[in-house]
Amino acid sequence: MKFAITINEGPYQHQASDSAYLFCKAALEKGHEIRRVFFYHDGVNNSTRLTEPPQDDRNIVARWSKFSEEHKLDLVVCVAAALRRGIRDENLAPGFRISGLGQLVEAGIEADRLVTFGD
Amino acid sequence: MSEEGVVKKFMFVNRKAPYGTIYALESLEVVLISAAFDQDVSLAFLDDGVFQLKKGQQTKGIENKNFSPTYRALDGYDIEKLYVEKEALDARGLTEDDLLVDVTVMSSAELGKLMEEQDVVLSF
Amino acid sequence: MLHIVNKSPQDRNTLDSCLRVAQAGGTVLLIEDGVYAVVKGNAAESKLKAALGKFKVCALAPDVDARGIADRVMDGVTLVDYAGFVDLVAENKNCQSWL
Repeated sequence: MKFAITINEGPYQHQASDSAYLFCKAALEKGHEIRRVFFYHDGVNNSTRLTEPPQDDRNIVARWSKFSEEHKLDLVVCVAAALRRGIRDENLAPGFRISGLGQLVEAGIEADRLVTFGD
Repeated sequence: MSEEGVVKKFMFVNRKAPYGTIYALESLEVVLISAAFDQDVSLAFLDDGVFQLKKGQQTKGIENKNFSPTYRALDGYDIEKLYVEKEALDARGLTEDDLLVDVTVMSSAELGKLMEEQDVVLSF
Repeated sequence: MLHIVNKSPQDRNTLDSCLRVAQAGGTVLLIEDGVYAVVKGNAAESKLKAALGKFKVCALAPDVDARGIADRVMDGVTLVDYAGFVDLVAENKNCQSWL
């Protein structure tokens, strides 16, 4: 089955990004496909490579980047939400791309299920 | 590329008040974009989401853009299905007359039934 | 249909909204702070007990464990892991996150 995921909250502030990651991981382990992960609202803050968490904490941004590389995941950051919050191509972490909201609607059309994680 | 000819039932569920957080404004942006995809789009307003449709919003004093007129422009995008939960209006001392756009008011149960019929439910 | 609730019932009205709108026969999955609703003796216990008659009620075990409430889970609530979460999404036609 094809899943699409929406993440509406930034890393650390809220558990949404962690929950979404663990959901995606479990879905892939079960043989499902993740059609796209779409970062919206403050969720766009998951994509900045300027993130530097303490060493004993998980690096949420790097974890998404690595996950994307391993599984060829399409991580899309909403352009309007990103520009509002100072996220641009220059500070985008590997594996993410900035694109329009149409990508979210398209993911909803193409995937069998869409799951939203947020506050 | 989107799959040619696929029409899904999309419901945008609005449960948050405007201005206090950005969810209502940014959600409206995706609603407008969805119009370009020729899908069967509806908007549901529950809980504090009904405040998004309150008449008479004056936002000058908080230096925010008043985006409430956008709801009136939705029919120009062929987005005409706006559902409002009656229980949410009642709980907030509002009636249909307080809303700035034509809507269909329905009970929680009816709204729940409609939600079941959707292919994609987007909530913010 | 799958309804996902992630708020503590003591903090927000999200669980109430979900239970008011959701159609009988659906599944309610509690995740993140939503799992606090399953604690025996909590103020929302009667609501959740009533919900058990109408819905399948599940809670995400890793979230339950993380919050130190694994030994207080109400009878009738099904604990699922992330794989179980994925199964619930797959086996229901659609899902709504009550954010």
